[in-house]
Amino acid sequence: MTPVPRRTALDALHRALGATMTDFAGWEMPLRYGSERDEHQAVRTRAGLFDLSHMGEITLTGPQAGEALDYALVGHLSALAVGRARYTMICDERGGILDDLIVYRLGEREFMVVANASNAQTVLDALTERAAGFDAAVRDDRENYALIAVQGPASPAIVKSLTDADLDGLKYYAGLPGTVAGVDALIARTGYTGEDGFELFVAPADAEKLWQALTEAGAEAGLVPCGLSCRDTLRLEAGMPLYGNELTTAITPFDAGLGRVVKFDKPGDFVGRTALEAAAERAAAAPPRKLVGLIAQGRRIPRAGYPVLAGEEIIGEVTSGAPSPTLGKPIAMAYVDAAHAEPGTEGVTVDIRGGREPYQVVALPFYKRNR
Amino acid sequence: MSNPQQLRYSKEHEWLSAADENGVATVGITEFAANALGDVVYAQLPEVGDTVTAGETCGELESTKSVSDLYAPVTGEVVAANQDVVDDPSLVNSAPFEGGWLFKVKITEEPADLLTADEYTDFAG
Repeated sequence: MTPVPRRTALDALHRALGATMTDFAGWEMPLRYGSERDEHQAVRTRAGLFDLSHMGEITLTGPQAGEALDYALVGHLSALAVGRARYTMICDERGGILDDLIVYRLGEREFMVVANASNAQTVLDALTERAAGFDAAVRDDRENYALIAVQGPASPAIVKSLTDADLDGLKYYAGLPGTVAGVDALIARTGYTGEDGFELFVAPADAEKLWQALTEAGAEAGLVPCGLSCRDTLRLEAGMPLYGNELTTAITPFDAGLGRVVKFDKPGDFVGRTALEAAAERAAAAPPRKLVGLIAQGRRIPRAGYPVLAGEEIIGEVTSGAPSPTLGKPIAMAYVDAAHAEPGTEGVTVDIRGGREPYQVVALPFYKRNR
Repeated sequence: MSNPQQLRYSKEHEWLSAADENGVATVGITEFAANALGDVVYAQLPEVGDTVTAGETCGELESTKSVSDLYAPVTGEVVAANQDVVDDPSLVNSAPFEGGWLFKVKITEEPADLLTADEYTDFAG
């Protein structure tokens, strides 16, 4: 049986805009409205508007909400200041990554966890189970939020024109409640594009009004609606991992080069600690494979799962690949054996459907904005 | 979008022009197919002198999200490949029925089930 895909509060608008829709993690989402390359460039140079309502919001409240998250996640969330956000992960007992998350501290006793759509139920179930011993309540807020992102260098001016909130005081990875275009919103300065930008969590009933207001306010600056296709190339250029590609239950944060999110020095135990301590030692002593960037010398696109070779030896596997609009060449992220992971390593190829294409090993990210 | 009346179409979304006095016809993909692919970023076309067979793959078109096989709508010998598309694959998106043509083929055999423009429009929906 195939479950019926869910539709966001902005579904009718996307169809009116002529979006090509795609099934993504059980949701029908805009893949692109026109050219995905043009949408990508709009975000890099001007601004783009995204519907991200498929993301899963879970709220923790109570006197021990922070302690519950310290136990459930790998980060030290009870130390997070009110109004700030943190990129973190939830792991299983073996240290495998269940999901990567952004956690916002909305109050002394209130946190919002934002999970990937594909993992939201897993995260909700794990948080519910892991918070059981704490004085904290876990609430499924997936139906209570639509999420609209405005990303790109013009986004601060566009959002500023619609709110009295102090955006200049709102740092990267911070969030504050406010009103945008007359709509109550959690205004977060976060994103998944490598650009400055905002993510606006609002009631689904307000989503269309906010989307239209942002469209009008951004028209002059060249803001365009953007689909998930360009979101993927934007995050890939920015070297940001995608769950299901770079991150899976089979690998730990250390294997992914993201061991910094694991806070061993936080108080109390946490799920996966023992396994993660071993993983940290293993990664430091003899890393099996490392996540690297690859830049094509040719024009064929590497895709997830394609083998990476040095000579005749398979030394790794592509996890994400796409044509990079910014570099004008195909790029990829891949896990490769440590011996071939140094930037500048010669002689690396990717097997693209039987053909060997030469690739250059580079450090991530491929793109970094000027601040 | 409209599918030019003077062309014929395959169910793999290729179009075929009427053959000239030498039996040579031009092949491309339809606007419907180009839209479904998204931005085409790489085109591997058959080479001049290759023999292509109706219904069999003869090249590849890659877009941001996918790689798709290119099928020959007829059997014959390739007499030209569009170097402009190899150099700038976005022509397939911007002008699928014109500058974005893919190759020319001297037809030796053509299948009976090619579609008219109206039939293809119904087929592609």
